[in-house]
Amino acid sequence: MSLIRRNFDVLIIGAGGAGLNAAVQLAKADMRVAVVSKVFPTRSHTVAAQGGVNAALGNVNDDSWHWHMFDTVKGSDYLGDQDAIEFMCREAIPTVYELEHNGVPFSRLDSGKIYQRPFGGQSRDFGKEQASRTCAAADRTGHAILHTLYQQNIKARSHFFTEYFAIDLLQDAEGGVTGALVMDIASGEPMILNARATLLATGGCGQVFRTTSNAHINTGDGMAMALRAGVPLQDMEFFQFHPTGVAGRGMLITEASRGEGGYLINSEGERFMERYAPSAKDLASRDVVARAIVTEVREGRGCGPNKDYVLLKVDHLGEEVVAKRLPGIRETSKIFLGVDPAFEPIPVYPTAHYVMGGIPSDRFGRVVAPAHHGPEEVVQGLYAAGECACVSVHGANRLGGNSLLDILVFGRLSGLDILEYLGEHPRHRLTDSSSEECAMARFQRFDISGEGITVAELRSEFRKVMEDHAGVFRTDEIMREGVDKVRDIRHRLEDVRLADTSRTFNTARIEAFELENLIDVGISIVTAALHRKESRGAHSRPDYPERDDRNWMRHSLYFLEEDRLDYKPVRTKPLSVDSFPPKPRVY
Amino acid sequence: MEFQIYRFNPDVDQEPRMQSFAVEVERGMMLRDVLLEIKSRDESFAFRHSCGEGVCGSDGVNVNGRNQLACITPVSDYENGPVVIRPLPGRPVTRDLVVDMSDFYHQYHAVDPWLKRKDPVPEQENLQTPEQRARLDGLWECILCGCCSTSCPSFWWNPQKFLGPQALLSSWRFLADSRDQAEDERLDALDGPYKVFRCHTIMNCVDACPKHLNPTRAIGHIRNLMLKKSV
Repeated sequence: MSLIRRNFDVLIIGAGGAGLNAAVQLAKADMRVAVVSKVFPTRSHTVAAQGGVNAALGNVNDDSWHWHMFDTVKGSDYLGDQDAIEFMCREAIPTVYELEHNGVPFSRLDSGKIYQRPFGGQSRDFGKEQASRTCAAADRTGHAILHTLYQQNIKARSHFFTEYFAIDLLQDAEGGVTGALVMDIASGEPMILNARATLLATGGCGQVFRTTSNAHINTGDGMAMALRAGVPLQDMEFFQFHPTGVAGRGMLITEASRGEGGYLINSEGERFMERYAPSAKDLASRDVVARAIVTEVREGRGCGPNKDYVLLKVDHLGEEVVAKRLPGIRETSKIFLGVDPAFEPIPVYPTAHYVMGGIPSDRFGRVVAPAHHGPEEVVQGLYAAGECACVSVHGANRLGGNSLLDILVFGRLSGLDILEYLGEHPRHRLTDSSSEECAMARFQRFDISGEGITVAELRSEFRKVMEDHAGVFRTDEIMREGVDKVRDIRHRLEDVRLADTSRTFNTARIEAFELENLIDVGISIVTAALHRKESRGAHSRPDYPERDDRNWMRHSLYFLEEDRLDYKPVRTKPLSVDSFPPKPRVY
Repeated sequence: MEFQIYRFNPDVDQEPRMQSFAVEVERGMMLRDVLLEIKSRDESFAFRHSCGEGVCGSDGVNVNGRNQLACITPVSDYENGPVVIRPLPGRPVTRDLVVDMSDFYHQYHAVDPWLKRKDPVPEQENLQTPEQRARLDGLWECILCGCCSTSCPSFWWNPQKFLGPQALLSSWRFLADSRDQAEDERLDALDGPYKVFRCHTIMNCVDACPKHLNPTRAIGHIRNLMLKKSV
């Protein structure tokens, strides 16, 4: 059997917002772009983003990118890189206008301008009154944006490899990236895609946790591929638990429900956020609200027969507002809970939602890692953007409305930077034969049949362990146990066997590859979490309850080899304005 | 409860068969949960799914003759009887519940589903009143699951010539957009006996749409506009 080999200028792995926004820039410039996606592009998880995208357009109130920047730095608990944050908040404005010009059906104000709603952690004038900064298409903003970006790519004639699964990156002898080995899911056949530049835009890894708002496909594939290629993962201890998941099931109830005026109550009917965040209340940062809910439940003020959730009220807003501004979550609540939020409160509990960490990249989307001279050397030919990357604009906690922004801004910028890179690098690099052999070995690793553990068994055990040992509150003892258990699971992955090794659309084989990716990413989370001895943003340790800027205002880097950790400083100097020095974070 | 599932793996099977599974049903369970339970027992069973909340459009299947999204279809809808789950009809079967949707996507691409503007690009957003924007409601929410087009007998007969309800809904989504400036071009491209006029208002599409959209009405609007333009 001869292996199919194809050559492109650029390979993009992942067809969510970041991948598609990069692809469209490159295809418009007449580059030969291959977009590989394990699902049809509009099924990517960007589609599920609800509330909106932040940009200081000032359509509802006076606004400035500088205020947006302040909120983002504060929201990050001062772990975000301020040059990248300044860049993102400035770029937000033209980025949203470009989306509108491309057809995104944003909701509208009476003035005819884009509708903007209040969201958590957003303020005017550096921390004063609430800002309305989140541009929305009802509560289906991600759907509106993803479909529009796909449409723009059809127009620009990007080349899609739909339902192809990326197995591993390919490298030259110096570690530069030369493309990837992929598999056609329908036929089960492998294929080599060579490219002068490769962009990882594979999204998040929420499936590491049992209860999550993330889709089945969010298995950290790009992060794990980067790890196996010797690239570290940055800040993986910071995982966002969204305060309002559907209780017991995990799917998302948008923050827009609180932005539109909804609030949380406990079993005593108390609006408890007033105690935790006296001024921002229910629109405090997500980490703050999630901890408050878990604390209320732990202290016995949960609702329901098992006292294991709190209630989110939007019924006082009236049926018209709910129907117009929150139609998506109304439908979700009706289907999954039998509750119509226009008339009854919604049972909610925090759900694993978003990873702030990821593949270390700079603000041009270039992947940077320590090699010889310093912590941020560019890995030749490799880019990363979106949730799989860590620029870092979210630091220790991401603000609502900043993830769509992140994927769009840095997806676009990666595309433009790749264009420059291609100009400077006219030839394909030569793939090292050992790199190709490694990738092929991985492709074949689940071909062996026989007795063993099933993927489903090991996966459910793993996700439970992650939930129990790397959740909202983390202590040394719990996490130490977690690291041991996850390492044991990694060891037992060797014993996984498929009952079905047929070729055609074998989803069991895909799930086995995904499980391996999840486990590699899971180890990075528990390892980095165990070693960070402070509480910052989403990483909350009862045994180290304070933020410790002197020792811990630095990014962690986890390497797969020997489960090693390293650290690098936070970039505190913005591009053009004064730095925001760390302050106590109150809402 | 008993579930009859369509099975076919071209690598090993000569022909398709129905396989019965007994699954214990809990309150609040969706059909996707049942499919996942079956998959955990028999990993050779293939179906597409992802978001689990009816927004990604991956898990369209045919249940007792009607197209549905498995993830938002409560099992309790079928309390009284056997549940027969088959792949979306009229499409070539790749394996089990997975079908080849190429023709469907091709027809979507064929209506130029992107905003066409002729004016220079403004510095800020194009303005659109809330009323103009409201005309897009019921159109832009389509998730491309294919439940409508694969329930349409005209699409079964002519999947390469008739655009089908999904693509026509998308076509109207742009014709109805106050920002779009390519009405004539779009209508010209829809001309001919097949693209639009193979719709015989059977309305299976309306019944099948899991997002409660109405392709038949959109097709009616297109026809009216064509008529208006031709006189």
